[in-house]
Amino acid sequence: MKKRDDPATLATALEKKTRAADVVRKSLIYLLLTVWALAVIFPFYWMILTSFKSYSAYSDELVPKFFTLTPTGENYGTAFSAVPLAKYFLNTLLFTVATTLIMLAVSILAAFAFARLEFKGKDLLFTLFLSLMMIPNELVIITNYQTVTNLGMRNTFSGLILPSVASVFYIYLLRENFRQIPDELYKAAKVDGTSDFGYLVKVMLPICSPTVVTITILKVIECWNSYVWPRLITDDQQYFLVSNGIQEIREHGFGRENIPAMMAAVVVISVPLIILFLVFHKKIMEGVSRGGTKG
Amino acid sequence: MKTKLRKSGFKAWLYLLPAILFICAFMVYPLIDVLVYSFEEGYNSASESYLGIGGYNYSFVLHDPYFLQAVKNTFILVIITVPVSTGLALLISLGLSSITKLKELYQTVFFLPYVTNTLAVGLVFMVLFRKTDYAEGLVNLLITKLGGQPVDFITGPYWAKMTVLCLYTVWIVLPFKILILTSALASVNQTYYNAAKLDGASKGRIFTRITLPMISPMLFYLVITGFIGAFKAYSDSVALFGTDLNTAGMNTIVGYVYDMLYGNSGGYPSYAAAAALILFAIVLTITVINLAVSKKTGGRIGI
Repeated sequence: MKKRDDPATLATALEKKTRAADVVRKSLIYLLLTVWALAVIFPFYWMILTSFKSYSAYSDELVPKFFTLTPTGENYGTAFSAVPLAKYFLNTLLFTVATTLIMLAVSILAAFAFARLEFKGKDLLFTLFLSLMMIPNELVIITNYQTVTNLGMRNTFSGLILPSVASVFYIYLLRENFRQIPDELYKAAKVDGTSDFGYLVKVMLPICSPTVVTITILKVIECWNSYVWPRLITDDQQYFLVSNGIQEIREHGFGRENIPAMMAAVVVISVPLIILFLVFHKKIMEGVSRGGTKG
Repeated sequence: MKTKLRKSGFKAWLYLLPAILFICAFMVYPLIDVLVYSFEEGYNSASESYLGIGGYNYSFVLHDPYFLQAVKNTFILVIITVPVSTGLALLISLGLSSITKLKELYQTVFFLPYVTNTLAVGLVFMVLFRKTDYAEGLVNLLITKLGGQPVDFITGPYWAKMTVLCLYTVWIVLPFKILILTSALASVNQTYYNAAKLDGASKGRIFTRITLPMISPMLFYLVITGFIGAFKAYSDSVALFGTDLNTAGMNTIVGYVYDMLYGNSGGYPSYAAAAALILFAIVLTITVINLAVSKKTGGRIGI
């Protein structure tokens, strides 16, 4: 009894109490984070797991099982042979690479003009460009659909790619970055007799490569996942991208509803971006927080 | 000197030419054209002719039960997912910023949905949530284990379909919000916290008086972009319920626009244009209201 009244013991008791509260708080935080991490990972786990279950084993499960003892690769075979998955894959790759490259070339040239060159009406034109950033895609897609249809470019790669190239926001991002390069470099290059284009390629682009990489990554993600425009403009399977392919598989499938094969297809089209992400996760997250908008 | 300047001006336009061509052809011209379309009555896609000019397209769209259903779905989706996802993102970001161990691993995992194909993972959600005659599905297994009645979330009652759509939307939009809020929290100056601790301020007080005001610009940014994004929801719904969203009763405003344009019910660019402009008007109004509110509360916090 007497010991408890001792102020020193009281202090340590109090300290213990706060430390215990801290431990409880920390564990609650980790619990919350872990629950959400599981919620994020679980769908991926489930799709990989299901893709390795055989069709008959999956169909026999009235109650879904959380693991499989007899993994099989047959679904991946079905996914590639029953639907032209490899074709969808190549189409998407071609679409992504071409769109991104053209977008980069167009945006870099325009950003260079806005950042470095002098011409009449520059500020006015730039303001007009900026105001276009507010225009939602849904508004312009209606006419673009009619234009591409009238030009007979449905089910062609040019019909898919050309309307997806223009991006005011990336021009803006690049221009801001280009303007941070000191004027002295430009003057020095001029003295050396370097042309404007040479200066852009040899000096500006290397300095601004982080921004170029950011833009490239954002555009690649956007292209790989694009669904609406490809759906409007292609109805020939020869030109389907992976998103449309997945929708087609879902609706017309493998002749019968074959969930394991469907999941194998889902795994195949998800893997490239996930690998890209795991390799470049720092760059991608940095890039998205600088310039990404989604949701 | 003068010739040099003129030369440089000419060159600048040359650099700008590709961008201007693309932007005029696929952004500026369509923008004007969509307005024209929306007022052309009885437009015929095949002959490219129309009967007259007027507001009929708007009145048709506003009286179309499919459009009204789409508006209802979109508003419910917005009202539920924007607060839920922003709140959840704030909670998770606060948790993330108070730990050091495994922080990067958690951050990387949380960002994963951002880089996945919406259509593809939507199929996985469909498989998890649905209930068929011969298989219960995982979520229903859990519900039965907890003593509930199994529900078909994919072709069943409206509230069940809306629940899974909201869940999937939150799952998809959370990575972006967590990322933005985590970096906002990290950029709050540490000296404020130290000063508050010296003054003996409680944790709750530190949160409401320092953390919240400091990250409020980013919170408002997320709310505004969240509203805009949720109003444009479409592919999440397609991923879960298939392309025939009108029959499923789960169409969104954007989905209505595309259905009017193309597909089984398509071929009516005028109706699509009118619906798209109505959507634009709604989004613009909400954004203006949001900005006004954020200015007001921002001022109050400043005082």
